[in-house]
Amino acid sequence: MRRTPPATDGPLLRVEDLFLYFHATAGIVRAVEDVTFELQRGRSMAIVGESGCGKTSLARAILRLLPRNVHTYKGRVLLNGLDLMKLSEERFRRQIRWREISMVAQAAMNSLNPVVRVGHQVAEPLLLDHNMTKRQAFDRAAEVFRIVGIASDFLQRYPFELSGGMRQRAIIAMALITNPSLIILDEPTSALDVLTQASIMNTLKGLKKDLSLNFMLITHDIATSSELADEVLCMYAGQVVEHSKAQRFYPSPLHPYAQKLMASVPTLRVEKKPEFITGQPPSLLNPPTGCRFAARCEKRFERCEEEPPLFRVGEESVKCWLYEKG
Amino acid sequence: MKQETLSPVKYRETEDKTLLSVRDLRVWFELKRWGFLHAGFVRAVDGISFDLQKGQAITIVGESGSGKTTLLRTILGLAVPTGGEIIFDGRKLDFTKDSDVTWLRWQVGFVQQDPYGALAPFMTVYRILREPLIINKVKRGEHMPRIREALEEVRLTPVEDFLNKYPHMLSGGQQQRLVVARALILRPMLIVADEPVSMLDASVRVEILELMRKIQRDYDLSVIYITHDLSSVRYFSERVFVMYAAKLVEMTEVNEVISNPLHPYTQALLHSIPDPEPENLTQIRDVPAGEPPSLVHPPPGCRFHPRCPHIMTGLCDTEEPPAFEPCPGHLVECWLYKDGGLPEKR
Repeated sequence: MRRTPPATDGPLLRVEDLFLYFHATAGIVRAVEDVTFELQRGRSMAIVGESGCGKTSLARAILRLLPRNVHTYKGRVLLNGLDLMKLSEERFRRQIRWREISMVAQAAMNSLNPVVRVGHQVAEPLLLDHNMTKRQAFDRAAEVFRIVGIASDFLQRYPFELSGGMRQRAIIAMALITNPSLIILDEPTSALDVLTQASIMNTLKGLKKDLSLNFMLITHDIATSSELADEVLCMYAGQVVEHSKAQRFYPSPLHPYAQKLMASVPTLRVEKKPEFITGQPPSLLNPPTGCRFAARCEKRFERCEEEPPLFRVGEESVKCWLYEKG
Repeated sequence: MKQETLSPVKYRETEDKTLLSVRDLRVWFELKRWGFLHAGFVRAVDGISFDLQKGQAITIVGESGSGKTTLLRTILGLAVPTGGEIIFDGRKLDFTKDSDVTWLRWQVGFVQQDPYGALAPFMTVYRILREPLIINKVKRGEHMPRIREALEEVRLTPVEDFLNKYPHMLSGGQQQRLVVARALILRPMLIVADEPVSMLDASVRVEILELMRKIQRDYDLSVIYITHDLSSVRYFSERVFVMYAAKLVEMTEVNEVISNPLHPYTQALLHSIPDPEPENLTQIRDVPAGEPPSLVHPPPGCRFHPRCPHIMTGLCDTEEPPAFEPCPGHLVECWLYKDGGLPEKR
């Protein structure tokens, strides 16, 4: 079932000028605004930020799982060089969704169908695929169960017979079963206990190494994000404010918001006093002009009234006027 | 003006420094009976003893299903103990007497986990804060000063701006501060907080924890704080109790638990918490296999023995360990410390 990677050398995923606005009774919610980034093959990315900053909306925009109240949805999403935005809904469903990009949605472990056996639910993406017999599909389901660390006789169980950690593993198996090139993990461990969380993170690290999978990990738990990230995309109020390598981001982030965010993370082993960020993120209904973090930023100056572009600083990019000169 | 109405908690005038004393507490829930067949009990809290001093903050750390919320609900008077006793401010509580339970609920404030779920969406801030005053028959003339005082204390100011707002108009952090204000409004002696920050963003968490810490010190309040996140513990409390499968397995000071954890479960717990460092990417963590045991049929002996890397067959799997004190003030329920001191290799 291993897929031979396409011959192109380009990045696995390239997102260009992606916009996603929603209609709401109060106006237009600018959930994702002008997001551009690249993810290289074999690398994993963590998307971090406070709740309501557009992390999940970005994931849904990439997977085209959009609600009905979409106002604007534009930009380019290239997967292996193929422009996904140009595909028809039907082609996207048949060729991309769950084939090439799958997702572990937030709290998905609680949304398994309680009256259908787990094995059937995990094999479902393959059963819908006409090229596969039921037998083959269940064999593959047993294989992915083994990969994520559940005994294959659990295929015959119902969700209530599995513990929370096992259900979450089953959900990860479901995302793995079609052997996609990109897996989006939306808060995969936030509802789990510390020990279970560490054990699932171990499994994901193993998958990343052995199957050279690409993950996009969405989380607000920064300490956990460091377990899986080669690079970090930090979002604030619908925009990307920093895109850095993990080695850079965790010890010394560039953007003032990212610095504040890192300072607010309590650490167990290092003695430091965590700080909090005063004020609140701006409303996405009518965000301020200029830099969106300016109102809460200690380093703001006149220039911040204009919106900064993404500046390149070495290999990193950061949306802040402080780095205008590189 | 504020300072005049505001006073530290009035504890009973005694020499006794202990506010809450829990002795061998058991809270069992009966499973559904089938005819006359008895299916058994869920032993949510099974033989817990501890003391809480006046003005002290303690943290109870444990996984979900370890019984920490049941313990808390019992202290709040929302669950009835099956055995053992609770002595609160020198008064031994009789849970069959309504007057005792009502009195207890007055003395204990509750900060819930999910602020939005804990606040009635159809009530304004004013009504939310007035409700406990009405229920507990506080004089009408006192309502407004008390509400103002509570809101000022949690820094929801100017007060007039907030009184007529509904919970959905507040941010997550503000909602949680309102919940804290509601817990304070009856001027309780004890606040219990069930994962007060787990639903909030990292940037707001610290703010709420600092606020609660400040209130605790200003009023000389006692606080029981429940969490599964050990990394925030050191900024909050003096003592930490680690709970596993309905029992307290380790009780010690905060710094001691981080620098010198003794119980194998505590060690595993600390080991599995990441700090934000890029090196984590390549590091596989050492996690004990298996899952917490069923509380209907807990394993004999030490409850952690099926997962324990230091298991001593013949002892750990047959006899329940009592609390040992290998270092002063550091209690641990583990047979490794049976000789009183620290074993040579851990």
